Amino acid sequence: MSLFAQGHTACAGCGMPIAVKLVLEGSGENSIVVSPTGCLEVTSTRYPQSAWGVPWIHSLFENAAAVASGIETALKVKGKKVNVLVIGGDGATVDIGVRALSGMFERGHNVTYICYDNEAYMNTGVQRSGSTPYGASATTSPAGKLSFGEDRPKKDIPAIAAAHGIPYVATASVGYPKDIVKKVKKAQEIVGPKYIQILTPCPTGWRFDGSKTIKLAKLAVETALFPVYEIENGEITKVKKIKERKPVEEYLKLQGRFKHLFKKNKDRIEVIQKMADSNAEKFGLDG
Amino acid sequence: MKLLPGGIVKPKTTVVNKTGAWRTFIPVFDEDKCKKCGICETFCPEDCISIDENEFRHPDYDFCKGCGICAEECPADAIEMKYEEKE
Repeated sequence: MSLFAQGHTACAGCGMPIAVKLVLEGSGENSIVVSPTGCLEVTSTRYPQSAWGVPWIHSLFENAAAVASGIETALKVKGKKVNVLVIGGDGATVDIGVRALSGMFERGHNVTYICYDNEAYMNTGVQRSGSTPYGASATTSPAGKLSFGEDRPKKDIPAIAAAHGIPYVATASVGYPKDIVKKVKKAQEIVGPKYIQILTPCPTGWRFDGSKTIKLAKLAVETALFPVYEIENGEITKVKKIKERKPVEEYLKLQGRFKHLFKKNKDRIEVIQKMADSNAEKFGLDG
Repeated sequence: MKLLPGGIVKPKTTVVNKTGAWRTFIPVFDEDKCKKCGICETFCPEDCISIDENEFRHPDYDFCKGCGICAEECPADAIEMKYEEKE
């Protein structure tokens, strides 16, 4: 049994608990986790219960990175070696907590920040976040007569993290479990701030059958819409190559949040394909 | 209920929530087809699939929400989702 217990109340087929158990497998028992508000917090710690097998603390939505910075500093003063992690959603990471995250990177705290990226505020009812991809329909970017859904591209937080000059930035997807464990282990061996963003499909918000979570987590990578790579000290050091890149339609058509694109917004699919092509070129994914 | 300072609670106490009650479809494992790879166990969001002494996997139906990821991902097609009749 892992360090994340059964009986949590995440939706059936949720990608997030898969990511969490793999992160804890990589980090091990000697860890302290901070989680901001989000799906993970509400589904793992419904008072008076907790799913966590390691010490865990809930911060505010906006200050998980600051709370982790404080824990790391206190442990340093006490001379204790413990892995300090944040595991937070994309809303808390790329929007609400980005100031605290930037501060943590700037001050150089020895913390591993994990963002489970389900591409919207799922806990509160699928409101768009900075991480919501172009063309997706969310409750605050609804597709309709006058809108094709989210009209801005997904915010590139890994690039923003790397721009802080931190030693390790990586992306991963729950479709590739060993890769997640490996990257977390690697991050724990590096001293300084680390940032790992893991794509965790959300059956409720993306509107697909919960059994297809892993399939979608792989398709996002195989279409180059979610490139998987590592950046060490500002340099791209490793990318997950794609043997035969799939057209973005294969990924989009399985999800209700992109359904409208196939009806009268086909030109938007071409825009999304261009984004995938540009990712493939930027990271050298084909091959 | 007595509140502890900071709202402290004990670890792994969610196990009292028998989330198996959420289930509509139940995964049925076929040991004749199973190749013992463990992919079902890796991907189970409930982490409720355990391994026996013969390396066969068994879901804990107290917690299985019936998402069907195990059946979808099983490379040997050894797991079938069946509609579960309830009383």
